Amino acid sequence: MAEIKEIGIGLSVLGEHAQERGRRIRVEKGVMALNDQYAAANRARLRAAGVRTLNLLSSPGAGKTTLLSRTLQDLQDSLSMAVIVGDLATDNDAQRLRVGGATAVQIQTGTLCHLEAAMIERALEPLNLEALDLLFIENVGNLVCPAAYDLGEDARVVLFSTTEGEDKPLKYPRMFKSADLILVTKSDLAEAVGFDRASALENLGQVAPQAAILEVSTRTGMGLEAWYDFLRRPN
Amino acid sequence: MHELGLMQNILEIAEVHARREGARAIREIGLKVGALSGVEKAALEFAFEALKSDTLAHGARLEVRWLPLRAHCPECRIDFESENRSGVAVCPACNQATAAIKQGQELEVEYLDVD
Repeated sequence: MAEIKEIGIGLSVLGEHAQERGRRIRVEKGVMALNDQYAAANRARLRAAGVRTLNLLSSPGAGKTTLLSRTLQDLQDSLSMAVIVGDLATDNDAQRLRVGGATAVQIQTGTLCHLEAAMIERALEPLNLEALDLLFIENVGNLVCPAAYDLGEDARVVLFSTTEGEDKPLKYPRMFKSADLILVTKSDLAEAVGFDRASALENLGQVAPQAAILEVSTRTGMGLEAWYDFLRRPN
Repeated sequence: MHELGLMQNILEIAEVHARREGARAIREIGLKVGALSGVEKAALEFAFEALKSDTLAHGARLEVRWLPLRAHCPECRIDFESENRSGVAVCPACNQATAAIKQGQELEVEYLDVD
């Protein structure tokens, strides 16, 4: 029994041995398409309001909240800033980030391991965007899933602490390849934990040649001026 | 990754397109997955088996086309493939790492075979 099989649009071939009728539908649709639509809308809205948006990503405990807390403190007189922070549970981070008059919006993701663009759309509601210069989005601590979700940011900042070991960039390439800026944090601890700085920088250069790299320590203040220069830079 | 969440998206896309075309059942879902997409084959297949039962794809199979990492060297002006597991793309001509990724980040529903 012959069968008409459609391949693509308008192209038909005779399948000699097929038993059933069937046809092929070309879809070619990205699995992230819906998130990407929300991200594009967020980006347009934030840019129209003149807000520069940074997505901060790292493993848990790399020092995102500590760095942001100090940044909000140090720059409170020169920039108007807000933070959206994602965690699975608690609003502890938002409490820590209500520094120097900054607004901090907590997103509790429940069991979800990353932030999505639609969550950011909702979190923007309480913020007065027209009055803001800089919006930080502190993502859920995770070096895997958040890499796949565009939130509508202008730049991605990936933190990588000296206590994590110099081969982290090789283990989580997708995340590091998506970075515009990589901050090597806890640089004051490098020696104590036997951090092989040269090989870490070499790994970053191999995996993420597109990214700028800054070595910082929130505790000692080392490298923070260069970070602040990056923040003051217009889009 | 969170392959269960991704598979939910994949099945939603498949159902929307299949219904739009008046299909009664999906026989095969064809995916295009890049080497750098972060997706794990076994986890993807597990998620597919776990989630397909209440959909038009309940009797379907999953066909995954894996795309290797392809990069471009701006100095030598050549494209090349890399099999490096960490996504390191080093130009075979000048030995420099490049950030210009041409292929490998795809995660796409390519086609459906339907009845």
